[in-house]
Amino acid sequence: MGDYYRQPVVFLFDNPNLGINLANVFLVTVSMAIVFLVLFFMSRTIKMYPTGAQNALEYLIQFIKNVISSTMDWKQGKHFVILGISIILYVFVSNMMGIPFEMAATTEEGYKYVWWKSPTSEPILTLSLAAMVIVMTHIYGIKLKGPKEYGKDYFRPVFFLFPFKIIEDFSNTLTLGMRLYGNVYAKEVLMVMLVGLGTSGILWGIFAFAPMVVWQVFGTFIGALQAFIFCMLTMVYMSHKVNEEH
Amino acid sequence: MDALFGTHLTWLDAVYQILGFLVLMWLLKRYALGPVMDMMEKREKHVADQISSAEKNREEAEKYLAEQREAIQTARNEAKEIVERTKKLSEQQASEIIASAKKDAERIKETAIAEINQEKEQAISALREQVSTLSVLVATKVIEKELNEQEQEKLIRETLKEVGEEL
Repeated sequence: MGDYYRQPVVFLFDNPNLGINLANVFLVTVSMAIVFLVLFFMSRTIKMYPTGAQNALEYLIQFIKNVISSTMDWKQGKHFVILGISIILYVFVSNMMGIPFEMAATTEEGYKYVWWKSPTSEPILTLSLAAMVIVMTHIYGIKLKGPKEYGKDYFRPVFFLFPFKIIEDFSNTLTLGMRLYGNVYAKEVLMVMLVGLGTSGILWGIFAFAPMVVWQVFGTFIGALQAFIFCMLTMVYMSHKVNEEH
Repeated sequence: MDALFGTHLTWLDAVYQILGFLVLMWLLKRYALGPVMDMMEKREKHVADQISSAEKNREEAEKYLAEQREAIQTARNEAKEIVERTKKLSEQQASEIIASAKKDAERIKETAIAEINQEKEQAISALREQVSTLSVLVATKVIEKELNEQEQEKLIRETLKEVGEEL
């Protein structure tokens, strides 16, 4: 994408430090709206004897509960069901958004602005989501264990691990965000290349069609897998902070 | 940094996303997942209640069953007792009846024998009387007609025949 594609950045109050990427804002909003509306309409008729959409929703909740239970006690885990569902659905929908199509607008100057893609192919968004998760683990660590226990955890099992524990927080943030970004960005780049190749000529179109379909299927698989991994790792990091050591 | 984040580090996107995500979590909790999870919890409780009440009912039923079984056993025992008692009674009655019947029969037999004897006595006395009368009659006839031996014989026979007819 590089030089050819531009990002629709505006600066609030003409301040170069307050840049905001309108495409990102738009994509984040759309993704969140999809998640909310789907779940909202799935949960309209809630009955004691579940049917249809409620079954699917309860299956999802049970799935996340199992993910949480595999990493920590349910005593602490019960706080994170909503978080887990929100994360897995938000990341999943974001990953899926770039698969059926991508959209770019060309301005009079000849710049192309990408308006529709996977928001998770933006490192700022994946890293900030990862940072939010790590910050949340600290907040819940203090909340569920108390400040004293939380502070002591930095010196467990032996005191000289303290610097590594600090480094771990940052490396966790980076790996969590970059893993998601790398997977989705690679998917997007290859997709754009295949589409560009396919639209460059009729013959190329015939040859590029099959790989593109294969890549879309693979992209769907990768997107679902990465959403699951992101959710799983969130719970793993959370369990490190909230689980009581014995 | 430019390679990763484009020409500008648009960190307000990150702020927007995080705020949006927190709002999304709140909305989901308030309008979608919260009610469903409440219902799941309620159902769990309902199922637990049902199970415990079923357990209670089962225990009660078992208790009733044991009671019923005991009652049936008692009734059976009583019935057995009654039957035995009745059997004993009936046997006793039967032997009594037989004994009285035997006694009756004995008595009747004795009466009959006595009657027969009496009749016999009567008959014998009647015959004696007849014989005396007859002998007188025969004697009279013999005396009346002095006949030969043949006629005498014939006469006796006739007389006896007469007497026999009378008898």
